[in-house]
Amino acid sequence: MIGGLFIYNHKGEVLISRVYRDDIGRNAVDAFRVNVIHARQQVRSPVTNIARTSFFHVKRSNIWLAAVTKQNVNAAMVFEFLYKMCDVMTAYFGKISEENIKNNFVLIYELLDEILDFGYPQNSETGALKTFITQQGIKSQTKEEQSQITSQVTGQIGWRREGIKYRRNELFLDVLESVNLLMSPQGQVLSAHVSGRVVMKSYLSGMPECKFGMNDKIVIDKQGKGDATVSIAIDDCTFHQCVRLSKFDSERSISFIPPDGEYELMRYRTTKDIILPFRVIPLVREVGRTKLEVKVVIKSNFKPSLLAQKIEVRIPTPLNTSGVQVICMKGKAKYKASENAIVWKIKRMAGMKESQISAEIELLPTNDKKKWARPPISMNFEVPFAPSGLKVRYLKVFEPKLNYSDHDVIKWVRYIGRSGIYETRC
Amino acid sequence: MPAVSKGDGMRGLAVFISDIRNCKSKEAEIKRINKELANIRSKFKGDKALDGYSKKKYVCKLLFIFLLGHDIDFGHMEAVNLLSSNKYTEKQIGYLFISVLVNSNSELIRLINNGIKNDLSSRNPTFMCLALHCIANVGSREMAEAFAGEIPRILVAGDTMDSVKQSAALCLLRLYKTSPDLVLMGEWTSRVVHLLNDQHMGVVTAAISLITCLSQKNPDEFKTCVSLAVSRLSRIVSSASTDLQDYTYYFVPAPWLSCKLLRLLQCYPPPEDGAVKGRLVECLETILNKAQEPPKSKKVQHSNAKNAILFEAIALIIHYDSEPNLLVRACNQLGQFLQHRETNLRYLALESMCTLASSEFSHEAVKTHIETVINALKTERDVSVRQRAADLLYAMCDRSNAKQIVAEMLSYLETADYSIREEMVLKVAILAEKYAVDYSWYVDTILNLIRIAGDYVSEEVWYRVIQIVINRDDVQGYAAKTVFEALQAPACHENMVKVGGYILGEFGNLIAGDPRSSPLVQFNLLHSKFHLCSVPTRALLLSAYIKFINLFPETKSTIQEVLRSDSQIRNSDVELQQRAVEYLKLSSIASTDVLATVLEEMPPFPERESSILAKLKKKKGPGAVSSTEQEDGKREGGELNGGGERGADSTIAASNASTPSPSADLLGLRSSGPVSAAPPSAGSLLVDVFSEAGPAAPAAAVNDDGFLRDLEPPTESSDSLLAEGPGDSDSAPPSVVSEDPAPPMPQSDELLHKFVCKSNGVLFENQLLQIGVKSEYRQNLGRMYLFYGNKTSVQFVSFSTSVTYTGELQSQLNVQTKPVEPLVEGGAQVQQVINIECLTDFSDAPLLNIKFRYGGALQNLTLKLPVTVNKFFQPTEMVSHDFFQRWKQLSQPQQEAQKIFKASHGMDKEVLKGKLLGLGMALLENVDPNPENFVCAGVIQTKAQQVGCLLRLEPNAQAQSGEQMYRLTLRSSKDTVSKRLCDLLAEQF
Repeated sequence: MIGGLFIYNHKGEVLISRVYRDDIGRNAVDAFRVNVIHARQQVRSPVTNIARTSFFHVKRSNIWLAAVTKQNVNAAMVFEFLYKMCDVMTAYFGKISEENIKNNFVLIYELLDEILDFGYPQNSETGALKTFITQQGIKSQTKEEQSQITSQVTGQIGWRREGIKYRRNELFLDVLESVNLLMSPQGQVLSAHVSGRVVMKSYLSGMPECKFGMNDKIVIDKQGKGDATVSIAIDDCTFHQCVRLSKFDSERSISFIPPDGEYELMRYRTTKDIILPFRVIPLVREVGRTKLEVKVVIKSNFKPSLLAQKIEVRIPTPLNTSGVQVICMKGKAKYKASENAIVWKIKRMAGMKESQISAEIELLPTNDKKKWARPPISMNFEVPFAPSGLKVRYLKVFEPKLNYSDHDVIKWVRYIGRSGIYETRC
Repeated sequence: MPAVSKGDGMRGLAVFISDIRNCKSKEAEIKRINKELANIRSKFKGDKALDGYSKKKYVCKLLFIFLLGHDIDFGHMEAVNLLSSNKYTEKQIGYLFISVLVNSNSELIRLINNGIKNDLSSRNPTFMCLALHCIANVGSREMAEAFAGEIPRILVAGDTMDSVKQSAALCLLRLYKTSPDLVLMGEWTSRVVHLLNDQHMGVVTAAISLITCLSQKNPDEFKTCVSLAVSRLSRIVSSASTDLQDYTYYFVPAPWLSCKLLRLLQCYPPPEDGAVKGRLVECLETILNKAQEPPKSKKVQHSNAKNAILFEAIALIIHYDSEPNLLVRACNQLGQFLQHRETNLRYLALESMCTLASSEFSHEAVKTHIETVINALKTERDVSVRQRAADLLYAMCDRSNAKQIVAEMLSYLETADYSIREEMVLKVAILAEKYAVDYSWYVDTILNLIRIAGDYVSEEVWYRVIQIVINRDDVQGYAAKTVFEALQAPACHENMVKVGGYILGEFGNLIAGDPRSSPLVQFNLLHSKFHLCSVPTRALLLSAYIKFINLFPETKSTIQEVLRSDSQIRNSDVELQQRAVEYLKLSSIASTDVLATVLEEMPPFPERESSILAKLKKKKGPGAVSSTEQEDGKREGGELNGGGERGADSTIAASNASTPSPSADLLGLRSSGPVSAAPPSAGSLLVDVFSEAGPAAPAAAVNDDGFLRDLEPPTESSDSLLAEGPGDSDSAPPSVVSEDPAPPMPQSDELLHKFVCKSNGVLFENQLLQIGVKSEYRQNLGRMYLFYGNKTSVQFVSFSTSVTYTGELQSQLNVQTKPVEPLVEGGAQVQQVINIECLTDFSDAPLLNIKFRYGGALQNLTLKLPVTVNKFFQPTEMVSHDFFQRWKQLSQPQQEAQKIFKASHGMDKEVLKGKLLGLGMALLENVDPNPENFVCAGVIQTKAQQVGCLLRLEPNAQAQSGEQMYRLTLRSSKDTVSKRLCDLLAEQF
């Protein structure tokens, strides 16, 4: 159980401090600042034990969120809560920054009172919270409204209130994936996986029942129809609380009553048959002690009709670089001394294309015997398809009580594939 | 480029530093630093020459980055280049970088040394100073090696500037401290000493630090400095405050130099030369006089400087300890300081007085200040000063003022600081003992001490009281009375209970006459404290009770009642329980006479140094004691280790001892008569082992054998009758063959030797019979299978075998045979199992006697059973180090057996190896430095003991006569074993 929660700015000053249990004293605040934020060596572990007290922290830009406990608490639960807390704050006031937190501290305390009770996490669904914790002043609610809030918050479907009405029933579905890769210089895939999220934004009236279908290999195989090659094998997945897990377990169908507004329906991970959008071919040649020649070719590996965006290739340079000359056909390349890397940016690139950069790096001879470790070349991009191969097969909406049918709902589906840690050794 | 406009301010550097300071986060700082490093690298690339200013700036930036905690792996070359610049600032930055970032990179060190050398010989004083500072700052061994010879020359050269001399002296001091072996003063000594006469006070100040350090190491060489120092000192002391200009500090002439001179003089005994001594005494008197003069300034610096000199002078006076006049004056001076406003001065005065008190001349003078010191102890606000005051009181105490001082200290103890209480207690205890005229006073004092500060009274203190009370019978009665009274207080300290229990137990009878302290009252008083005490105290009280039983028989029943109570006799603490039980039994069984003897009054303790004093010493000088303590610890650790080894050994021995027992049982099976079909479970393991190895000897067969043997004797006797019959009747050729076992065949020894290095093979063969051997050994047990093959087509009748071993062997070996079938068909083979147990090492072999009738003729042959002591070897693997260590341990002459003999076979390495392996020892590779030699190690397992053996075989292929020779050396813990093995083995090669 969480004993307390503190929010610090980058200097270690406390912005928010909420203590839920008596076993956490004021000195815990200082202990975390001294031992983690101001630690001489950077603290990399998200869990720190100081004097029999555990601190779980996450960092968002320059803001530290730390949950404190003296008990043997489920660490995964605490981190899940902290992430949720970040989501809630983002939903309420946008980016988590020192200024935003200072401006909204009353709201944050109110939220903390609601989503943690004596250290036990409570309903942290933004949609539900927004019905009774608002940034505007409390407007006096009628008795009915109050009782409705109570029954809704304590009821079975805590994430959706009744009586929502929209003129246009709309539904947005985004498949967001990040593809991670580690490739050997010879082009052999050493490790690759895709972690994806299905994010929905629903504006639907009443209490609709939704059914979501995708090309999950198990479902396709069970139905025995369709091409097995277009199905994907999902290694593991997690769902929003609205999804009926019993149904997923028995039929592997995803059915749910959606919350109103934006939410994350599911998360998943795949490791097989990943479409790698880009291939990086590095060529590094050391010419004597004072010169290094680097040539990097990138090849796009998807349909020519699609366009990749925000492509950025980061080529690390040795620590004793004294000068760099770069030639590239496409995009812009620059040596960034502050990051010890050549950064090559391309705005757009179509599929099945190839582009290359070559650089001459001059080195300063040093008396250091250490050899350059050759860190991998990393890459960032965004492509308009799902590298895992996931396809949305259907998304059906049933609302028997109100008079709109599945056909009346306007649905938007979008795929975005981004790079996670996309690295090629050189 | 106009160098002037850029000046010393490096704008780039300032901007960079302010950038770093403005960074919001660590990441931003690292980015900024990376950027700057890349910039500097591009500047240092070398394709364009940098001017000195930029070089200086970038080196500065690198230095700053390094000091921020980042690694710098370049720029050293540029820094070295800066050394050759002619501008002071550039050179200075270069030296700064080098002294901060120097690493023992050989080529750079050479360049740096070169730069330094150039500067040293440049005649430019500032450059020389820079170079000297750099040497001193780095102070590495390499630097010392390069310049230790050069610097003394600079130091004493006539044309060296004063400032350079100063630096050179301090630089030399630094090098001497880091590597004294490289700084050889020899020829320079006298000239360095004469620097004390230098005109320049700065040079003298610097030189005196060097001389002090050097003279501490070899005082004799620098003896001449004493007179020079004295004259210098007298010149300073007698000078008017304006004479020395720059070196006058707040009207005090050259205070630092004076202090250093006085300190240098403290390295030597008082000067023997009367004139010098007179002059010195004059100086010291002047210093003491000056202290009396009214201050020339109200500034604290003035008095500080003056007092610094004064305290050094007093330290010197104390060091000499030969001028009563001066000592008394010093003491009076310090007495004035005792009441000074300045806490520091009071502290220093008390500290110096402590040393003064130990001098015979000034002891009395110190004593006059006793009131002041006691006052200081009571009123001083600073605990460290109070501590000093207590020290001084302790130091000035003697018989005349002991009572007063002890009383004062006791009264102070009640309010004393917790940190010094224990020390105070020890001091009081020591003083009370040391100066006690009247032992009742002593007892009072100590009991008071326990009452006031019981928690801080260590065990030594109350042990000591008891020792003294027991040793002095005049005080015993008083002590008993006093402790009795002290114990009557409602709450008294546990230490008091201990002392009370002990003393009443011993001398309670002395006060028993008084009805107020009758025996029962005493006992009840003690017992009322019993339940509040810790276990050791309770144990002590129990002992006091049993003593009571002896002293006062009337208390016996009461005390027995107490001892019998569950809380004593069933106490969870073993010690208490045991005492209660034993004392109870002792009191109820033993007669009064026995009790009186057992519980007699303690005899006086032998006189020895007070243990308290030792404890105080320990508290005072942890350094002095710790080394011995460490040694103790080490010894203890060593013992512990040794104990551990011993423990391991003994467990091994135990396991060895325990394993044979079941197997012995197994082997003893047959002697225990008929057995059931199943083997006993205890031995089953061993049976398994053996049955796996040997095809025969199933349990059932053993059983059958048992029956056979039981049946055997009659048949044999009838056989013998039969045999005798024809023998007698026709006196046939085999008449030679008698019924008695024949003497061993002449070749039996040779046969035996064949089996030293192997365990299987054909033991004997003639036209009739072939005897094969197969054997297995395990620890001290062996099993041998003998296969008797009938080579003829006619059956042998009355076939019997027996093993005989006589004399010594009977105590050395235990051999059991299983009888064989009396009938051996032609061409058939019978098998016999022989179990052998080695009791102790042996040298002879048992005899195997075989008798049978072949075609009516009695055959009788006797062989030696191929059992040799080496069969019971257990190989031991060890590394070279261990081997030679053990080899050396077995170096007594009787433990070694050596033979040099001619090779009877070829010197094939592999064959030799095979033989040595067959011997049963472990053949150790890579142990002997000569690869031609063989070394082996093994342990002979016998029932009685284990005998470790080491073997070394040195083949010599080209001896003088061209013959191949061996030298065989055996060492074992038992002489007979070495000898026997050596004999056995000599036949093998």
